[in-house]
Amino acid sequence: MTDVEVTRRQFLQLGAGAGAGALAISPLGFDLVPARTVKQDLRIDGATVSKTVCPYCAVGCALLAYTRKANGGTELLQIEGDPDSPVNEGRLCPKGASALQLAVSRRRVPHPMYREPGAAEWKQVSWDFALDKLAQNIKASRDRTFVTSDANGNVVNRCEGIAFAGGAAFSSEEGYLATKLMRGLGIVHIEQQARV
Amino acid sequence: MTNHWRDIRHADVILINGANPAEAHPVGFQWMMRAKVERGAKMIHADPRFTRTSAVADQHLRIRTGTDVAYFGGLINYVLQNNLYHADYVQMATNAAFVVKEGYAFDAGLFNGYDEAKRSYNTAAWTYETGPDGFALLDINHPRSVLNLMRQHYTRYTPEMVERITGIPRDQFLEVARIVGETGRPDKVMTIVYAVGLTHHTTGVQLIRSGALLQLLLGNMGRPGGGMNAERGHANIQGNTDHAISWDILPGYLRIPAPGMRTIDEYVARSAAKKWHANSLNFFGANYRRFLVSLLKSWFGDAATKENDFAFSHLPKPAQDASWLSIFDQALQGKMEGLLLSGMTATSIGPDSNQVLQALSKLKWLCVMDAYATTSSEFWHAPGIDPSTVQTEVLMLPATHWIEKDGSFTNSGRWVQWKEQVLPPDGEARHDHWIMAEVFGRVRDLYRQQNGAYPAPVLELVMPYRDPRKPELDEIAQEINGRDLTTGQRLASFAALKDDGTTTAGDWIYTGHYPEGGNLAKRRDGIQDPAKNDPTGMGFYPSWGWSWPANRRVLYNRASADPLGQPWDPQRPGIRWDPATAKWVGDVPDYPVAADPRRPDSPLPFIMTGEGVGRLFSNGVADGPFPEHYEPVESPVANPLHPDRSTTPVAYLYDERAGRGNRFGTAADYPYVATSYRLTEHEHYVTQHVDQLVQLQPEAFVEVPFELAREKGIANGDRVRVSSKRGKLEVRAVVTKRLGPLTIDGKKVYQIGIPIHWGFVGINTGQHWLANALTPFVGDASSRTPEFKAFLVNIEKM
Repeated sequence: MTDVEVTRRQFLQLGAGAGAGALAISPLGFDLVPARTVKQDLRIDGATVSKTVCPYCAVGCALLAYTRKANGGTELLQIEGDPDSPVNEGRLCPKGASALQLAVSRRRVPHPMYREPGAAEWKQVSWDFALDKLAQNIKASRDRTFVTSDANGNVVNRCEGIAFAGGAAFSSEEGYLATKLMRGLGIVHIEQQARV
Repeated sequence: MTNHWRDIRHADVILINGANPAEAHPVGFQWMMRAKVERGAKMIHADPRFTRTSAVADQHLRIRTGTDVAYFGGLINYVLQNNLYHADYVQMATNAAFVVKEGYAFDAGLFNGYDEAKRSYNTAAWTYETGPDGFALLDINHPRSVLNLMRQHYTRYTPEMVERITGIPRDQFLEVARIVGETGRPDKVMTIVYAVGLTHHTTGVQLIRSGALLQLLLGNMGRPGGGMNAERGHANIQGNTDHAISWDILPGYLRIPAPGMRTIDEYVARSAAKKWHANSLNFFGANYRRFLVSLLKSWFGDAATKENDFAFSHLPKPAQDASWLSIFDQALQGKMEGLLLSGMTATSIGPDSNQVLQALSKLKWLCVMDAYATTSSEFWHAPGIDPSTVQTEVLMLPATHWIEKDGSFTNSGRWVQWKEQVLPPDGEARHDHWIMAEVFGRVRDLYRQQNGAYPAPVLELVMPYRDPRKPELDEIAQEINGRDLTTGQRLASFAALKDDGTTTAGDWIYTGHYPEGGNLAKRRDGIQDPAKNDPTGMGFYPSWGWSWPANRRVLYNRASADPLGQPWDPQRPGIRWDPATAKWVGDVPDYPVAADPRRPDSPLPFIMTGEGVGRLFSNGVADGPFPEHYEPVESPVANPLHPDRSTTPVAYLYDERAGRGNRFGTAADYPYVATSYRLTEHEHYVTQHVDQLVQLQPEAFVEVPFELAREKGIANGDRVRVSSKRGKLEVRAVVTKRLGPLTIDGKKVYQIGIPIHWGFVGINTGQHWLANALTPFVGDASSRTPEFKAFLVNIEKM
């Protein structure tokens, strides 16, 4: 066995225990394992390991995310493939391997924003303003476009003037709630990424 | 997927169409490589482009985009003509012997039942003859048996015709057909792997069906290493399809009711499959009512009673298709007032972006919930748009993303994997479900205060969470699983669901994922201990997450065993009948666990269909009981099979119907075929916010065939203008020999490749061209999936 054949699981076990030195001599002629172990330990030493799943495609690669509490917040130290997964066996593609940059970004939308009809700029608004505005818009459009019976006298109870689209990136439970709430409002135009 | 990622390593042949897994699903692709390296599997890749998948395939077939029905049709014809199909399997597990009702016809590109004015078929015309017992008449030798009609339908798909339509040289096609045909042997198995390259066509559903037909004929459905395997593109597109974020379904693939269905009885009569054979279990059809009533009890609680038909009238009944294209068509017509987008950008995603921008401008209001700015949240000041002309009110609500919340993702292989919350919400960001629950709560308050249109469902919808404005995903997961209302206990199986209002289930196919013992999607017993965690050695890993339904890892797995219950290939068993214990063992059986297959009245193998078997002939699709090749709506040639019915006769032509005039181009103005696709380094559009990925693929480009570039004087890196009837891109050209000319019906045809990932929002500014400005506003007759993958363009050097 050479060092490149050491799985991450074995590697971590060896790093934690004795006998690592006997395992692997690299093509350079000396044992890299202790050096790598030290480097790894410095980075994720004492970190909390959480189990998550890659946010990109639907291969469903299992991820391990390492965090540490610092300065009153949570610092995300590293994301890597879960070596136990029967799906990805620890492997990741360029997107999954850079998932940390999607998780923590200076480019996030910082606060709710509102753009009035015809305006050329966003306005920063409070959550309360935004949620009230949206609720009023939904109520008004629902009331204006709701059809209780169609031309043939069928009871149809549908709202024709509001559409909802989304959900390929959020959790199943959120998706279920979205369906439930939208159908509860009588919305018929419901769509997600599956068709497009 | 009928199977799952790891299962692909069991295949002898891997037939890849409309997909480029080496680049689009690289980590999943390892299982194809494992099959190739470990068991010498043959990989066959049909694709307009020579990609990294082609580079490791045994055969790359350069196919004209949008012609896979003809390619599959040629394979089906080859298998039938040479009697290579798995005869015992076909007899046991398909409707080959069912006799089709008199009147069936196919002539000059049309099936029977066509209404020219409506541009649609009466699909009820495609059915079976019935016998005195009311079930379908069975006689495989009847001139109208499904098998005989199928042979007749496919005789036109000769290797010569395949070459004329697809551009695949006859000899290469025959070499591939020979390899595919060998998998009709019981000891061989083929998988078909596909992605949106098959679905994004006006013939998309029939493209998938073509593959399924081939798999049924060869006896590859239900078997480890076999099946029809869709590689899905987004982390939880599967889970949220299952939970019905789709106009046409309710959770668990129950149909949305239609106008005129006054009661649950009428709904079930028109929605559930009819039982066609005495030994058909017709499990789905027979339980339809239980699943619907349990759903209504989950949603409307005590307000859903036997007396009021479980509040069935609260469910909206759509007048017509209400899918993606319809949303924007309605907006263009001024009938759509508001649009909620959650993690999805209308502007970039849909076809004909310029028309979509107009549609967004006609809305009264738009609400975007997202972690990052999108081309939809910013549409009102997109390049070329004067904000003062856009009267749409826009709200941008900062949402959390995957790592800031828990909940489950369901992967392509139907594996449900729970994820933990890793980070707290960033800044002011809120969870999508908290935003939706809070807004719903405020809407409900408004109805309480002011009344309004039909308030009952808004007021009666049950929000049984500790904080109805901030539900926990764990609580919702329990609701999805469902309960026995008499005991209060969560159910372990959908078999326990009832139609009397004493059970709930938010999505019956997920019932059992969260029994009293806990959330099974959290399990992580994987390859750290294969001996313990993979007891069959087949890679099912039944205690890693949970897969729907019932933790079954391969769908239709009864068909992996012969009529007596023994695996067709003992080396690759799915399930087998164990006479000693009188049980099926192996994977979770897709069959009653104690049903002795040796009994003459044992259920037929496909328990979910009314026929009890797989359907080679079906009236479940809008455009024909058998697949037929039609040209893309924009095509450089007339259909060699029936030039007067060149394109699908039943695609819905939105622009024409709405009086806007069709926006389709012709080969005279737009002589080149184009197809759109994804790159490894990007995920649709969100990755334009990720530094490392923008560094890896910074700039929009198109791929131009070497020979065409020479004709046009285009050098690698030149700026080119690519235009369709609907819009244009001005980007750099990558000149490549990986795209080559094809000879189609004697005519030279070039194909141009267009990656989709850029827009006017992202780190690298100045990349404002939208690839979908080029694509046509038309979709499949059944699914209305847009034709992103085959359209006509022109290209000029700038």
